[in-house]
Formats: sequence, C-alpha cells, structure tokens
Amino acid sequence: MSERVIPQRVYYAVFACLIGLTLLTVGLSFCELGAWHTMAGLAIAACKASLVALFFMHVLYSGRLTWIMLGAGLFWLLIMMSLTMADYLTRDWLAY
Amino acid sequence: MEASRTLLAHHFRDLDQQREAQLAGMWIFLATEVLVFGVLFTGYTAYRTIYPEAFAAASQHLNLFIGGINTIVLLSSSLTMVLAVYATRAGRRRMQVACLVLTALLGTLFMVFKAAEYTIDYYDELVPGMKFNQQEWLAQRVNPREVQLFLMFYYIMTGLHALHLSIGIGLIGVQAVLAWRGRFSPANYMPVDLAGLYWHFVDVIWIFLLPLLYLVGTRTSLA
Amino acid sequence: MSTLVSPAPAPAPQPAAAPKNYLNVAYGLKSWLLTTDHKRIAILYLVTISLMFILGGLAASLIRMELITPDGNLVEAQTYNQLFSAHGIIMVWFFLIPSIPTVMGNFVIPMMIGARDLAFPRLNLASWYIFVLGAAVVLWTILRGGVDTGWTFYPPYSTSSSYTNVIPVAAGILISGFSSILTGLNFVVTVHRMRAPGMTWFRLPLFIWSLYATSIILILATPVLAMVLLLVAVERITGFGIFDPALNGDPLLFQHLFWFYSHPAVYIMVLPAMGVVSEVFPCFARKNIFGYRFVAFASVAIAVFGFLVWGHHMFVAGQSAYAAMTFSVLSYLVAVPSAIKVFNWTATLYKGSIAFDAPMLYAIGFIAMFTMGGLTGLFLACLGLDIHVHDTYFVIAHFHFIMVGGMVMGYMSALHFWWPKMTGRKYPEGWGRLAALTIFFGFLMTFLPQFLLGYEGMPRRYYHYPPEFQVLNVMSSAGATILGAGYVLPLLYLLWSLKYGKPAGPNPWGATGLEWQTRSPPPTDNFEVTPTVTTEPYNYSQEEVPRGG
Repeated sequence: MSERVIPQRVYYAVFACLIGLTLLTVGLSFCELGAWHTMAGLAIAACKASLVALFFMHVLYSGRLTWIMLGAGLFWLLIMMSLTMADYLTRDWLAY
Repeated sequence: MEASRTLLAHHFRDLDQQREAQLAGMWIFLATEVLVFGVLFTGYTAYRTIYPEAFAAASQHLNLFIGGINTIVLLSSSLTMVLAVYATRAGRRRMQVACLVLTALLGTLFMVFKAAEYTIDYYDELVPGMKFNQQEWLAQRVNPREVQLFLMFYYIMTGLHALHLSIGIGLIGVQAVLAWRGRFSPANYMPVDLAGLYWHFVDVIWIFLLPLLYLVGTRTSLA
Repeated sequence: MSTLVSPAPAPAPQPAAAPKNYLNVAYGLKSWLLTTDHKRIAILYLVTISLMFILGGLAASLIRMELITPDGNLVEAQTYNQLFSAHGIIMVWFFLIPSIPTVMGNFVIPMMIGARDLAFPRLNLASWYIFVLGAAVVLWTILRGGVDTGWTFYPPYSTSSSYTNVIPVAAGILISGFSSILTGLNFVVTVHRMRAPGMTWFRLPLFIWSLYATSIILILATPVLAMVLLLVAVERITGFGIFDPALNGDPLLFQHLFWFYSHPAVYIMVLPAMGVVSEVFPCFARKNIFGYRFVAFASVAIAVFGFLVWGHHMFVAGQSAYAAMTFSVLSYLVAVPSAIKVFNWTATLYKGSIAFDAPMLYAIGFIAMFTMGGLTGLFLACLGLDIHVHDTYFVIAHFHFIMVGGMVMGYMSALHFWWPKMTGRKYPEGWGRLAALTIFFGFLMTFLPQFLLGYEGMPRRYYHYPPEFQVLNVMSSAGATILGAGYVLPLLYLLWSLKYGKPAGPNPWGATGLEWQTRSPPPTDNFEVTPTVTTEPYNYSQEEVPRGG
C-alpha cells in the first residue's frame, strides 16, 4: 500500500460522526415519520457505512481497482435486489 | 532490506506488487461477502414489502437498548482496529498491541450483549418453535406466521453476523498475540491491514442491520 | 580375428542432463499433494474432474437406457428421480463449472501473461482440496441415494416433503462453491497485478479475457448460491418457513435467488469454451482474430448481461407479468454479444489457411452446436413459446446443445490443443480426428431428436412416456451410445500418448502466445527469463509463424 499514513485525528473525528449519526438514527425512530422511517434509517446507515469505508477502510486513499471492486459488489447487490423486487412490486398490477 | 527479502514470496516481483495483490484479494473476498449478506437483505426486503404491518409490529419487540449499545460497541471496536493499523505502520508497538487487544475485547463484549439479548428475546416469547405466543400477535391483529418470518430473518441475519464477528475476534486475538511477540512492523503491516478490512466490513453489516431490523416504524420504547 | 576377452564395451555416452520440467522436478505423492505449482494443481484437477465426468456420464447412461422403452421398467420412479438429480448435480458443479477454468485456466493463465505463478499459489492448492472435499461429500451421499429434487432443489419439496439427503448434498455443493470463488479470486488478482512488462490489457490473449469474465461471475454469483443452499438447510432443519407457502413464505423467492446464481453459472461454463475457440481459430486458420476488441468486450458483456436474465427460468412459476416481460427482453439482449463473437470467429476463418487438426474440429463443432443451442434459447426467451415448451425436452435439448455440444467440445478442443504443452507429448492425430467426428455425430443423434420430442410435448424428468414418443427416444439413446464411445476414445489415446506419443517441441502448432515460447513440458517457474511483450496478439499474418516443431 503506497498510501500515506493518515493522522490519528482523522479517525477520532470520523468516530465522533459515527456516534452522532447512531444517536440520530435511534432518536428519529421515536418520531412520527410514517413512511419515511425506512428512507431515513437507510440514508443514515449509508452515511455511516460510507464513513467507515472511506476512512477506516482507506477507500478514499486507495487506487482505482479498490473503488471498482467495491463498486462492483454494491452494483451486483443492486441488480439482485432490484430485479427481484421488480417481481414483488408488480404482482398486484395485473388482475387476471 | 533484510526483512523485505523474507517477506517477499518468490513469485512476486517486489513487495509493492505483493501488497497490491493481497489488498485486491481481500477486497474481492469482501465483495463476495456483500453478496452473501445481500441474499438475506433481498429476502428481507421482499417480505417486508408484502408484510409491512407484521414486520413493523415485530420490530417493536426487539430490544433496541441492547441493539443500540451494541452498535456503539462495534463502532468503537472499528476505531480501535484502525488505530491498531495506524500504530503498526507508525512502528508504535505498545499502541498496536493495546488496540488489537481492545478490538478483540470490544468484539467479545458485543457477543456477550448479543447472548443476553437472545436470552431476553427468549423470555419475551420471540423464538419461533421454542417459545412463541401466537395469541399475543393475533390480539394485535397481526398474522403470527408473518411475524415468525420476520423473526427467522432476524435470527439468521444477526446469527450470520455474529458468526462472522466470532471469526474476526479469533483472528484479531491471534494477531494481538503475534503483535506482542513483535511480528508486525512498518514493513510487515499487511496482515493487520487485511484483518482490519474484514473487521470494518462486519461493522458495516451491523450498521445496516440496526435500522432494518430494529427501526421499522415508529418506536415507543427502547425494549 | 578372435579375441579371448572382449574389450569392455565403452560406457554409453551419458545423455546431456535433460532440463528439469514441472513434472520431473520432484517425484512422490507428497510432492504432488503439497504442490503450489499451478501446473501441477491443474493436473490434479484434470484427474478429479475426469473422474466426475465419468460418474455423471454413468448416471446419464442409465437414464437413456430407461428411456428406450415407454414404460418404466429399468428403474423405479424414485430411482429415476435420483438418477437425473445426480446427473445434473455432478455434471454442473463437479464437471462443467470447474473444467476449463481449473484445468486449462490454472495451467495456462500465468504462462500467457508471463508470470511465474498465480497470485496466491497456496490458495490455489486449498481450492483443489476444498473441491475434492465437496465432491467426496456429494458422491458419498449419492451412493446412499442422493436427492430426488432435481439439481434445482425447489422448495417446498426440498425443504418439507422430500425424504432424501438434501442437506448433505447441499453442503457438498456449498463446499465446492468456495473452491470456485477462490479460483475466480486468484484469476482476477493475477490478471490485474501479475502481467509481464509490456503485456497491456489489449495485448492479452482472448482466452484471458474470457477467463477474466468467467471469474467475475464465479466471484459474484457463487456466494448467492451458498447462502441460498444454507437457507434451504435452515428451513429443513427448523421447519420454519422462509420459502414455505404454508407458513406465509414464498417459494418464488428461492427461485429468484437460486437462478440469480444458476443462470450466470451457465456463462461460467460457456465463456471459457469461447475463450478456447478464440485461441484455436486464429492458430488453425493462420490468421489474426477478426475484431479483437469486439470479442474482448463481448466476453465482459456476456458476464454482465448474464446476471440480468434469470427470471426466464420462472416464466410459468408465478412471478408478475411485468417482471416476466422485463426478463424476456433482457434475455434477447444477452444473445447479442454471443452472436457478435460467432460473427467474429467466422470472419476470422475467411481467407484463412485452415488445417483440420483435432482442436480445430472440436472448435468448429462448438460454433455449430453453440449457434443452434443459442438460437433455441431465443425460442425459450419468448414468453408465449416458453409456455408451450417449458419443462419439456426442448429445454433439455437446448441446454445440452450449449453444455455438451458447446462447452464440452470446447473443453476437448482445449485438451488437445494444450496437451503437447502440458505433457510434452503429441497425441495420435488420426485418432483425435476420429474421436472428434464420432462425438459430433453421436451428439447430434442424441440431442436433435429431443428438440422434436419437447416440441411435441414430452415432459422432462419423466421416466415413462406415451408410446408415440418411442422412436425419437430410441434414436436419442442410440446416439448416446455413440457419444459415449466417442468420449472413451480420447481417454484411451491420451493416456497412451503419455508413454508412446511423439515428444513435442515448444510450439508444435506454430501458435502465438507466451506459453508456446517455453519448453514442453514447461519448467516449474515457466520461463527462464521473464518475457517482455512488444507485439500484438495473434500476429500470424505478420510474422508467418511456421507450423510444427
């Protein structure tokens, strides 16, 4: 790994953000968000996961191949979920 | 450099190529893990879409207090893990050992809390097949079989996560011992780096499990 | 004049010490079972999968014997179900998926890119051991009856009703899946990180592009299979529904997840064979491949698009009509890159100087069979037609045309093409051509009638059928006998050639590619000196590379 060594304070800052976001997501679950609960929860989770990936897993400082492999994993997951959900979400559409 | 010569496998040109190859290999492995857990996420999403009320109702009964504490524990362990990698690269052996030990300890703490949570789930009658109260759900006008589906996913997803975490704890534990014996150095840091990637991945899975399992719908209490 | 004492014969001149190659560098079981040399591991795989092919073929023989008569009189219904399940499981997971990647891929990839070994040699050995373990578990279970669910394990039958050994077989397949993943991982990292100086992406042989695309599928699809089989086991053990409709589960969820792996799996099988054709055609037509970049990108496109079409296995299963339509359109699209490749290969032959050695015969056979199999796939992709032919022998004929007519011919082509490199011996060419022709005609006689049978309505997985289907079934079984004989021939003459075949030089076919620039058999480290690549691949026309030698 030819990346430079990241200073410690970056890690502490990211950690603080992660804790903050955790408290936020738990707190939000007590609010009346109705249908927005899922969106909010997933959005916050995505932020936390991005912070862990970019800084703790050093993706931000990694080469192109790492980005591609991470991207491929996520993209393929997206394929699996979206085409499967294409079935479940449209089952009610046609009445026979 | 003496150390580099023994570190380098004979089929690689130089240490850089070897490190890049190891990193690529670990990321590919993590991509496969994304898809393994992805199967469960997909199935869960499908059922949650067709059984929204049952899933929301069942989720309320999960113990968010322990789930929340566990999230903090795991995030902390990620911090200590990345600090262990930092310490290895910076040549700070005592910090390295301390951080590795802390990571393993925090991981173990997660498992202890998880075991406690499963026990509480048992007493809350949330275990299909072993202890489950159909009437309670029927009274809430929720299909108990759909609730059982939710619970199956809950146990399988958190169980698989716990299994991965246990493997990680074992791995970090071994590395802690090796670190204490001076095995790792700024030249030989890749094993810790790779273990860190695995550990953070397990953390990311939990980051998604928390909202998906515990935070469906509006909560009224922590437990 | 006579002498009383014959002079002691002069000591026979010592042959110059033959340079060591990967085969004779060390002898003994331990040197083979603990090797990390990718070439030795390839041979280990060759032995293992050949054994599995024979066992899968035995199951097929029993099936075809049963189907000679309309009544079920050779085996019982339950046994018949176990036979076709065993045939499918063994052939799919323990022959077709590993074959070209683990044998030819392992052997040739490092050499083609100018490397000394794969990126992770010990992981490579572990792959083989894991494969053997998975195979042992499955074979042991099959000997005790195996499963009767078909290779597709559909719940709720596989999770609640079947009394057969679902969990051990699923476990064996899951174990072998790890072997696949590790092999794919090894190949991808190797191609990215271990190319020789000057070996840019577009100077890579197309075999590498194909195996790279295959590896993408191995890595991203197989984990899904592992998880799905695990869920089947969990449901079977706990009795709690994930897929069981009686417990508000959805059996279609299993099918979605299963086919998410199993459709790309068929591209795992066919892409390497396509890669072989891309090597063999330029060599035996003495011409540069037509449209290198098209073929390269088409390989990757097949790998990617192949993930988008799995619902075409479920047209009549109960998924929504809109999902079915989407999958149908996508299935038509996935045929395009394959067609592009067939056009390019054909154009490669145009104005070439074609020699009909065995590898070429097999490769030409591949084109013919794969085209027919592929076109019939389009029939199946059409929603209306599929309702008529789904679960009939039409489907069976379609996939056997691609798997056997396509992939196995590609495997035989590769085996004969690289045999001199791997063993340092030439096989007898006359027998090679005879075997190729026997396989070709035996195959057609076996599977062409099955298209007709399926179209006329004979269902698959049935052990007895209406008498009007008998003529075609008998033809098919007769063809299977010829096909079997065709497969026995190479087994015999290839083994014969190990001892009696003519020694082969470094480049008996006059082929381009780095693997032909080193000795046959190669030394352990592949090259005396790491090569530097300066020319484009397949430069047959430019350099007038001579044949033979």
